[in-house]
Amino acid sequence: MQEENTAKSDPRYKTANREALIGVGLVVFNFIWWFAFAYGLGGKDPSEYTYVFGLPAWFFYSCVLGFVVMAVLVIIAVKKWFVEVPFDEEGEE
Amino acid sequence: MNWQALVPLIGVILIIFGTGVWAGKYIKSSNTFMQDYFLGGRSLGGFVLAMTMTATYGSASSFIGGPGTAYTEGLGWVLLAMTQVSTGYFVLMVLGKKFAIVTRKYNALTMVDFLKERYKSKWVVLISAFSIIIFLFSAMAAQWIGGARLIESLIGIPYTTALFIFAVLVLIYVVIGGFRAVALTDSIQGSIMFVGTLVLLIATIIAGGGISNIVSDLSAENPNLITPYGAEGTLTPAFVSSFWILVGVGVVALPQITVRAMSYKDSRSMHRAIIIGTIVVGVIMLNMHLIGVFARPILPGIEVGDKVMPLIALEVLPNWLAGIVLAAPMAAIMSTVDSLLLLVSSSIVKDVYLNYVEPKASHQRVKGLSIGVTAVLGVIVFLMALNPPDLIIWLNLFAFGGLEAAFIWPIVMGLYWQKGNKYGALASMITGVGLYILSDSFFPQPFGLHSVVMPVVVSFFAYVFVSLGTQEKVVGQKT
Repeated sequence: MQEENTAKSDPRYKTANREALIGVGLVVFNFIWWFAFAYGLGGKDPSEYTYVFGLPAWFFYSCVLGFVVMAVLVIIAVKKWFVEVPFDEEGEE
Repeated sequence: MNWQALVPLIGVILIIFGTGVWAGKYIKSSNTFMQDYFLGGRSLGGFVLAMTMTATYGSASSFIGGPGTAYTEGLGWVLLAMTQVSTGYFVLMVLGKKFAIVTRKYNALTMVDFLKERYKSKWVVLISAFSIIIFLFSAMAAQWIGGARLIESLIGIPYTTALFIFAVLVLIYVVIGGFRAVALTDSIQGSIMFVGTLVLLIATIIAGGGISNIVSDLSAENPNLITPYGAEGTLTPAFVSSFWILVGVGVVALPQITVRAMSYKDSRSMHRAIIIGTIVVGVIMLNMHLIGVFARPILPGIEVGDKVMPLIALEVLPNWLAGIVLAAPMAAIMSTVDSLLLLVSSSIVKDVYLNYVEPKASHQRVKGLSIGVTAVLGVIVFLMALNPPDLIIWLNLFAFGGLEAAFIWPIVMGLYWQKGNKYGALASMITGVGLYILSDSFFPQPFGLHSVVMPVVVSFFAYVFVSLGTQEKVVGQKT
């Protein structure tokens, strides 16, 4: 059972491992973006806030723009780097 | 009694029902009952997959409790809620292909099946099954309360009656349809949620006289409402950031989510699901919580947070439209409840009964038992929900944390780390759950972090050290 799970025994795992790492990378980036804008711009006194589309700037950049950026990155990552592999084993089913 | 709102709501529920019954037909003619009832025959396409994940995940806590808390705390709570966007892509990318391939190899139908094949340990299976049963129970009770609250404020009938109506609705269609019914109805429900929150947000902004107007009303009332720190300044960066673990990445370990990561048809469906899922989760979370905050200047002084969503919908929308939009949270709750019900019953029937009580049970018996257990569970949850707390969100998050503390490392490390073994998994589950319960009961925010963070970190080390320390023991056993 131990050897079953290695990349050597099944080349599909290499793809799977790489894609999992892409997921981790995206989350780390997502977190930094979210945190930096929220507390970087939102840490001031509310009377000094600037506004974008009526929303406080920290909120706009962190939550609204941050979401759009992530959606775009996810689409790019999936389209560019994700490889289609069969899930069923050959000869089975 | 608000008939104009009620009729469209009933209409939507009937459509959902119809789908459930239609999907139930597959089950009757099926030869592979278990695979179909609990996993929809591993045939989910991208759209259905994305929607079923979103709908399951976007539960009562996010629809009813979440906006309610946002109403109280202001934009800081929306910031917190946005940590959930990562679930849209993270879960499918990390479990992704590997989980799909491995669970097919193992022929696993539940998360516990996967753990059983990976670790070959009776205790891993039993502890997992019991964690699922206990924690999902408390999550389910939370959902039912949310559903009942919604019906209560919409129709103006007593809570108990509302709960009863809700329970009957959910039970009927889960019992007949199984996973396929759940997944299909989730797609309808997910779509309603998506459009519904959008309509409601726009209507709320218009009713409040534009975003600038609403934001200045909020800051005039209490400037803290528009900061990231919450109305009382209690949302510290450390606490809010720890929600990345609780509702962001930790979701990988929730059985109701992992079971969906076994059910996709092929790589293409998975790829599409990642993209659709990210967008849908993000839009729904952002809209819903913003609605909660923006509702404050329009409807000041709502005391039970759970009622914010229904009340604001009835306030800013024409009645008939409010009915359709309110089908969204209703949908969210129903879809969460149904998948939880199914999971708990699969845990009892498959993971415990079939593994250890009677492995040779006949097809007919398993079928009857699955349906029976599902129904009985529903009745028990109903009784639990009869006497509900005010804010359901905490009950629900408690369950999330417990499951995550138990399963995150046995699943993730089990997939990606060869050296992980059953002793590591056991150590990790026991320390995770134990610490979580201790921490949640006695010191709820250690170092200013949410109580889930520490158990997740400590159980990681438990997994790694115990696995490494017992390498020889396992090798010895194999020969």
